[in-house]
Amino acid sequence: MSELLKVEGLSTVFPGTPRDVPVVDDLSFTIDEGEVLALVGESGCGKSMTALSVMRLVPKPGRIDRGTIVMNGRDVRGLSIPEIRKLRGHEISMIFQEPMTSLNPVVTVGKQVVEAIQLHEAVDFGAARKRTIELFERVGIPDAAPRFDVYPHQLSGGLKQRVMIAMALSTRPKLLIADEPTTALDVTIQAQILELLRDLQRDTGMSILLITHDLGVVNELSDRVSVMYAGRVVEHAEREELFGRPVHPYSIGLLRSNPALSRPGEPLPEIPGVVPPPDEWPEGCRFANRCDRVLEVCGDEIPGATVQGPHKFVCCHAIAREGADD
Amino acid sequence: MTDALEPRGEPLLRVRGLRTWFPIKHGLLRRTVGHVKAVDDVSLDIRAGETLALVGESGCGKTTAGRSILRLESAQEGEVWFDGVDLLSLSNAELHPYRRKLQLVFQDPMASLDPRMRVREIVAEGLRSFGIGKTQREHTDRVAHLLERVQLNPDHMWRYPHEFSGGQRQRIGIARALAPEPQLLICDEAVSALDVSIQAQILNLLRDLQGELGLAYLFITHDLGVVKYLAHEVAVMYLGQVVETGRTDALFEAPRHPYTQALLAAIPSIDPARRSGAPPVLGDVPSPANPPSGCRFHTRCPAVFDRCSKEVPELVPCGGGEGQGSASRCFLAESSPG
Repeated sequence: MSELLKVEGLSTVFPGTPRDVPVVDDLSFTIDEGEVLALVGESGCGKSMTALSVMRLVPKPGRIDRGTIVMNGRDVRGLSIPEIRKLRGHEISMIFQEPMTSLNPVVTVGKQVVEAIQLHEAVDFGAARKRTIELFERVGIPDAAPRFDVYPHQLSGGLKQRVMIAMALSTRPKLLIADEPTTALDVTIQAQILELLRDLQRDTGMSILLITHDLGVVNELSDRVSVMYAGRVVEHAEREELFGRPVHPYSIGLLRSNPALSRPGEPLPEIPGVVPPPDEWPEGCRFANRCDRVLEVCGDEIPGATVQGPHKFVCCHAIAREGADD
Repeated sequence: MTDALEPRGEPLLRVRGLRTWFPIKHGLLRRTVGHVKAVDDVSLDIRAGETLALVGESGCGKTTAGRSILRLESAQEGEVWFDGVDLLSLSNAELHPYRRKLQLVFQDPMASLDPRMRVREIVAEGLRSFGIGKTQREHTDRVAHLLERVQLNPDHMWRYPHEFSGGQRQRIGIARALAPEPQLLICDEAVSALDVSIQAQILNLLRDLQGELGLAYLFITHDLGVVKYLAHEVAVMYLGQVVETGRTDALFEAPRHPYTQALLAAIPSIDPARRSGAPPVLGDVPSPANPPSGCRFHTRCPAVFDRCSKEVPELVPCGGGEGQGSASRCFLAESSPG
């Protein structure tokens, strides 16, 4: 499979005193064609900022400080404004957590999708309308034709998210960025949307960058997973590998603290402490003060990647040392 | 039917036939043209020192049910028995001492803590309201003790809510609820806004507090993982009605109602060897203003048959033996007892 998106050494910062505050720090990943990569982590780990950086949509006064983003052989950071606009939508589309805030409440949902199509292609309204209704059918909106003329508030949360997906797919993107696509939805609706995304991915062969805090959603949808903590990737592995044999103490803690796995009568394994905000990220390993395997070196040096396989690395001093001892 | 639900002595809180409808008003004269049947015949039992989880998806009425029990919403019908008294029959003045015994923990601690009050004032408000402790000094001591109990530094009582993280704020919310020494906490999505590593801390805290203080919880949530960890008993709600009740382990092992089965099947798996297949139910939840005829779940039910749209099923006991108190609102459960 060929590489579709390659991000290397990405740092995104917000201005602060006495120095800029990084929210994404030296992040690298690649997505192959037809692959689903999940960035998973808790609030404030920088997963959404990573997605926005790829789209060059980092809200001001934030900015990309360092790193390269290469999409389909083109350097995204070097593109002009018209070029980046063309890239968004044409090659990369995005869906968000809250479909209500991403849809215009005073325009019918059909017109909004038509608008998206016409922005990128020279087609007349009739053809765009026809395609919109086909898309509505494809994403499982019942009564697709009459639904063309309804306003967002007339649709349930699940249907609004389907409209968003239809809009995102309308330009046949190569990469779909899905930022917490099911977080606002009920669990039975979430199952439907996950099934739809899986289906669409298989049919169109597009790649997906999935951003989520929910490990269940990761397992349902992704091929590979990067676990993020405080702006950095701490572990990267194939899905089966990460869920079956997590290595980093943070990944292990995240998986074990899931209440669905609790055993009767036993306390839930917790990760002590809290995620530090970006301006309080400690020196060295950022997880050190919550880690049960902490060493002296952890407070001084940011751990590098210990490669454990073609698609697996982990950033942890304790694990690096273990490997060195073998 | 009441007796069938209640094999093990008097519950701490007993809710019977609770009904909270919100009028839909329309036109110049604001005439009532219909009702949102948010809570429509809900019956529950909560035993002292135990946790009942009230589970359901958005709009199923679980929050309104909790608020109606506390009389923060006025129920049109039903009984809420606590300590031998029907709370719904009391005047506001008569109710006041009972409010001390039933306290509420909210989902979003930022929205439920007054940003202009110091933590000490927030927690001490409940003490003052119920005349617990006479002097300022006594209040301060009690607040310090409560903060310790929820594992916060008592010296932080002079800070404001914004100076705390989300998990710490939820601890403040719990300390405030504990201040008047309640017997029952109603926790409305109390851990839903928290990250999973913090959620585990708060869940463990709630469980420890239950053990130490003998508290009962009505735990309102959409998250079945949380239910599995914390609840002794579960009541599943759909469109204003309880569709299934049972002991937690029995309900997770052998759910009776097709909706409960769908809910459980829809939880994303974190087992790498297993992804869930096709979604268990299709379509959306119908509007509670105009619920379907017969069984309210029949429009989405995979096991629907002709009787379901015509007759209304009752919540009937099912599954004897270990599954004490199991009941399901489904014709299929009726026809296959045990």
